[in-house]
Amino acid sequence: MSATETTTASGAQAGQAERRLTTARAISEGIAQEMERDPGVVVLGEDVGAYGGIFGATGGLLERFGPDRVLDTPISETAFIGLGIGAAVEGMRPIVELMFADFFGVCMDQIYNHMAKIHFESGGNVKVPMVLTMAAGGGYSDAEQHSQCLWGTFAHLPGMKVVVPSNPADAKGLMISAIRDDNPVVYVFHKGVMGLPWMAKNPRSIAHVPEEPYETPIGKATVAREGTDATVITLSLSVHHTLDVADKMAKQDGVDLEVIDLRSLVPLDTETVLSSVARTGRLLVVDEDYQSFGLSGEIAARVAETDPGLLRAPLRRVAVPDVPIPYARSLEQAVLPTPERIEAAVHDLLKA
Amino acid sequence: MDDKTRLDLYRVMVLSRTFEEAILREYHADKKPAFDIGAGLVPGEMHLSAGQEPVAAGVCAHLRPEDAVTATHRPHHVAIAHGVDLEKMTAEIFGREGGLGRGRGGHMHLFDPNVHFSCSGIIAEGLPPALGQAFAFKRGEGDRVAVAFTGEGAANQGAFHESLNLAALWKLPVVFVVEDNDWAISVPRDVSTAIPSNADRAAAYGMPGQRIADNDVDAIYTAAGDAVARARAGEGPTLLEIHTLRLWGHFEGDPQAYRPELADVPGKDPIPAYEQRLTEAGVLDAAAAQAIKDEASARVEKAIAFAKASPVPAPETALQYVFT
Repeated sequence: MSATETTTASGAQAGQAERRLTTARAISEGIAQEMERDPGVVVLGEDVGAYGGIFGATGGLLERFGPDRVLDTPISETAFIGLGIGAAVEGMRPIVELMFADFFGVCMDQIYNHMAKIHFESGGNVKVPMVLTMAAGGGYSDAEQHSQCLWGTFAHLPGMKVVVPSNPADAKGLMISAIRDDNPVVYVFHKGVMGLPWMAKNPRSIAHVPEEPYETPIGKATVAREGTDATVITLSLSVHHTLDVADKMAKQDGVDLEVIDLRSLVPLDTETVLSSVARTGRLLVVDEDYQSFGLSGEIAARVAETDPGLLRAPLRRVAVPDVPIPYARSLEQAVLPTPERIEAAVHDLLKA
Repeated sequence: MDDKTRLDLYRVMVLSRTFEEAILREYHADKKPAFDIGAGLVPGEMHLSAGQEPVAAGVCAHLRPEDAVTATHRPHHVAIAHGVDLEKMTAEIFGREGGLGRGRGGHMHLFDPNVHFSCSGIIAEGLPPALGQAFAFKRGEGDRVAVAFTGEGAANQGAFHESLNLAALWKLPVVFVVEDNDWAISVPRDVSTAIPSNADRAAAYGMPGQRIADNDVDAIYTAAGDAVARARAGEGPTLLEIHTLRLWGHFEGDPQAYRPELADVPGKDPIPAYEQRLTEAGVLDAAAAQAIKDEASARVEKAIAFAKASPVPAPETALQYVFT
C-alpha cells in the first residue's frame, strides 16, 4: 500500500541501476530526510501513521521515527491543523495532512484566517513555517466530495504558497523546499500522480529520483516539453495527459506543442508563461480545477495585462466546466480535462 | 492568598480598566456628533473587556512570559495581564507602524512573541493554535503551559470540542478558560446553550472542569493556580468557566437594547467591589488605591502618547509581510 518499490529501469545504462520511485515514495523520502536533519519536523494527520497516509505520502515514517514524530490524529481537522499552526509559531516545522482537499470545508478558518494571515497581521514578527498537504483530483469515480482539485481556492487567498507537483522528482524537491520555507506552504498532490498500486498509474508516476536531499524551487515552472506551435500551461496530472497528447499529435499531425508544468501556483512563474507564449503565440490552459474565477482565468489575465498582442489566436481553456464532479464514469470523464478534450482544444486553437 | 498577591491582582485589574477607559475616550473622541465606526484615530470594531478583568488577572497571575496565551476578539485585559508590551499594543490599536503588528492587525489581532501572546477575532478558533504551542512546549525543556481564553458563546463551536478532545487525548499542558459574560453579542446563554455550566463539558473529555461564580478574582486565582499547576506537572488540560460581567456593550456603538438588566450592571463592577474587600481586609487604603490608579494612568497615557507619535504606515508598504 505504501508503494515503496524501488525498481531498476529497463532503459538504464548497463551496470547502473537507476533508482525509480513512485511520487508517493518520493514525498515520504523527502519528509524522512528532513526529519533526520531537523528534530522540529513532525507529521500529523489522519492515518499518517501505521497506514502511511491514505495516498502513501507518509509511508514508512512511523516505523522509522516513531509515534512521537508521526502522529495519527482524531478526525478533528480544525484542532490538528490549528495545532500545527501553534507548533509552527513556536519554531517547529510540522507537516499536517488534510486527507482530501475537499475536506477544507471543516477547517478552512484555521487555514485561511490563521495559518495564512498570522505573519501579515503580526507585521512580520511571527512566522508560521508549516506544510499543509492534501490529496486532490478525480478520475476514479469518487464523486462530488472526494474528487476536487480546489488549488485555485487556496491560491486565491493571500498568505499561503501553493505547490502542485506532477512527478516523483519534483515531488521530493518541492516537499523539501516546502519544509524549509518559513512561510506556510499548501502542498497538493493529485492522487493520479502518486503511483498508487490501487489506482490506474500514469507511467510517469514512477521515475528516477535522486537519493540525496535537494530542493526544487517554489515559484518556478518547468518546461516539460519544448515546442513551437502552441503553449500549453498546465499542472499536476494534466501535465501527463498533455504530454501524451503532445506526443500523439507530433506523430499524427506534425504539431509541436510546448508544455509548461507550473509546479507552483503561488508564487506563479509568470515569466516562464509569458516567454513561452511570446514564442508560440498560441495558448491553451489545462486545469483540473473549476474553470471560472480560477487558475485558467488568472493565466489569461496575466498574459493580457502584459501584452495581448502576444496571442495570435484567442486562447483556449480546458477545465472543469463549473459543475460538481459527477459519479458516473461517463459523466465524470465528460467534465475532466481528458486527453480527448485537450486534443480537441489544441486543434481548435491551431485552427483559429 | 497573601496581601501582595491580592494587591497585584488589584493592580492588574486597575491597569486594564484604566487602559480601556482611555481607549474608550480616544475611540469616541473623533466620532462625534454622528457615530461612524470607520472614522477617527481608532477606527473599526472595538470590543472592550471592562468587567472581565478578574478573569485575566486571576489566571495570568500564574503565568510566566514564556507561557503562551491565546485570547479572543475582546483581548485587552488578557494581553495586559500577561504582560504584552503596552505601548506597542496601543500603537497597534491606533494602526501605527510602531504597533505590535506594524498596524496590520488592529485590536483583534495582537501578536507579542516576547510573551507568546496572540488573539483571534474568530470565535473559538484561538484554541487550536494554543494546543500547538502546548504541543511544542511539552516536547521542549521546562514546564511551559498554554492558556486559551474563549467566551461562553464559543463553547458551542466545533473548534472548542475538537480542541478539548485532542488536548485531553495528548495530555497537553493547556488550560481552557471560558469567560461567561452571559451574552453572545445579544443572545443570552440560556437561548444558546443546553446546559447551565460549560464546565460540565469537561467530563465529556475526561478532564477536570470547574465553574467559578460571581466574577471573584480570589476564587479565579485559586482555581487557575490548580489548573496551571496540573498542566505544568504534565497531568493534562483543565477547563475553567468563569462567570464574569460584560460591563459595556459587545462593541462600542452597541445600544444594548436587548439587555433587560442594564440598569443593574454598573453596580456589579468587580473593581470597586474588590477595592472595598481589600480595604476591609486592611490590605489597601484610599491613598494606596489612588497611588495604584495614578501609576496606571501614567503608564496608559504614556502608551497613548507613544501610539499617537508613531507614524502611520506608508501606503506603499501595504503589500509587505504577506510572506517572509
